Amino acid sequence: MKRIRLETKDICKYYAGELIIKNINITLRENELVSLLGVSGIGKSTLFNVIAGVTKPDKGQVLLDGHDITGQAGKISYMQQKDLLQAHLKVLDNVALPLFIRGMNKHKARLEALKYFEDFGIAGTQDKYPSQLSGGMRQRAALLRTYLFSKDIALFDEPFSALDAITKRAMHRWYLALMERINMAALFITHDIDEAILLSDRIYIMTGPPGKITAEITIDQPRPRAGEFLVSESFLNYKRKITELLAL
Amino acid sequence: MKKLPNINNLYPLFVLAGLLFVWHLITATGLVPGFMLPSPFDVLKAFGDSFSELMHHAKVSLTEAFTGLTLSIILALVIALIMDHFEGVYKAFHPILVISQTIPTVAIAPLLVLWLGYDMAPKITLVVLTCFFPITIALLGGFKNSDSDAINLMRAMGASKWQIYRYIKLPNALPGFFSGLKISVSYAIVGAVIAEWLGGNSGLGVYMTRVRKSYAFDKMFAVIYLIAILSLLLIKAVELIERKTMPWIYGLREGEKQE
Repeated sequence: MKRIRLETKDICKYYAGELIIKNINITLRENELVSLLGVSGIGKSTLFNVIAGVTKPDKGQVLLDGHDITGQAGKISYMQQKDLLQAHLKVLDNVALPLFIRGMNKHKARLEALKYFEDFGIAGTQDKYPSQLSGGMRQRAALLRTYLFSKDIALFDEPFSALDAITKRAMHRWYLALMERINMAALFITHDIDEAILLSDRIYIMTGPPGKITAEITIDQPRPRAGEFLVSESFLNYKRKITELLAL
Repeated sequence: MKKLPNINNLYPLFVLAGLLFVWHLITATGLVPGFMLPSPFDVLKAFGDSFSELMHHAKVSLTEAFTGLTLSIILALVIALIMDHFEGVYKAFHPILVISQTIPTVAIAPLLVLWLGYDMAPKITLVVLTCFFPITIALLGGFKNSDSDAINLMRAMGASKWQIYRYIKLPNALPGFFSGLKISVSYAIVGAVIAEWLGGNSGLGVYMTRVRKSYAFDKMFAVIYLIAILSLLLIKAVELIERKTMPWIYGLREGEKQE
């Protein structure tokens, strides 16, 4: 069994007197991709903010490599639907931003960031401004920025949900191929069942309210997962099961 | 479609020429006597005749305007940073800041001369009083409406307060800052001139009072011409700097933008 990187223990969070998420226990292992699947408004983003350290939980702990990081920002980076690239910075500087923040020499930071442009499929864009890039390219740049912040672990909050269906498929394929080359433990928060099955090693099903984990499914499918998997019998079986669990 | 070469830029020139022509007609027909309203050509002649004098006084007024503007920018930046950083300060001082702008500058100018003497100090003070406000409001607006998701992400990446200003808030305030600066620049020279009306040894305002008292209205209009031209040049200069400072807005050729 691989080493546990990230763990949440009995996390509860109230908002305006109401319980939003209840006793959330999840684990994320080394180099594993885990999805948290649930309908919109179930508290996924609340949990996300707690793990990212942006908000404090009312109860429970967040552990990273066994250390308590509850309420501490700056430990795990995240990526959202909005790419949050800064319009005034060239793509290279946008991507190197976490290194700048860490206080790395600018020249060194740029060289370090540039090493990954090829792998992340954005070679040649370094001197452009974000407004000159397509939505898919911008998400790739955002992912590289996330990767440069904390190389081997990241949170994703519906990162591809703003993209059109075809671009989204392309991004999935690209993401899966990328994960073959780099080691990264990723926690995906999503409401897209297909996306969860295609990308994940494990899926937590979140229902409510209040939001709680009601099931855990392991996707036993070898990698790399090709396009045929999406239309295979086993894919449909997973989908049927999840649909039932979500009570859709 | 092929566009006609900048015909749009010519429209205001046509209107301006038309207005000058009407002005000329009014004076040429004697509708208004010449000693009360000189014709545009008289003004142009006066402009040429008193050119060296005008330049001498313009130098003083411009010095005051520039010093005042520089101080305004610094002051505006400090005030905006403090008010953005401390919510309490914002709540306490925002109304006062607005009230300060309702006081007519003409009313406090004599007091400033009384307090600060006949040199440049009262003029610069008046320029600052009129100029800092538009810049402060613009900067504050830019800071306040910065994307909170971007700020949260910066925090999650461990950014310091200063780094959040450096990478998010200041760049976000830049377009507004230049809009505010353009307003302030157009006020700056006028502000200096108004302060000079009330006392001093040199400057366009002093010169203006002097020629007015000797009923040399052609020279007075020449000063007005000059003030208008100088203000326009300053606004143009700000626009140029704006374009250079924000290449991500102005540097991209049409068709290069994806969205």
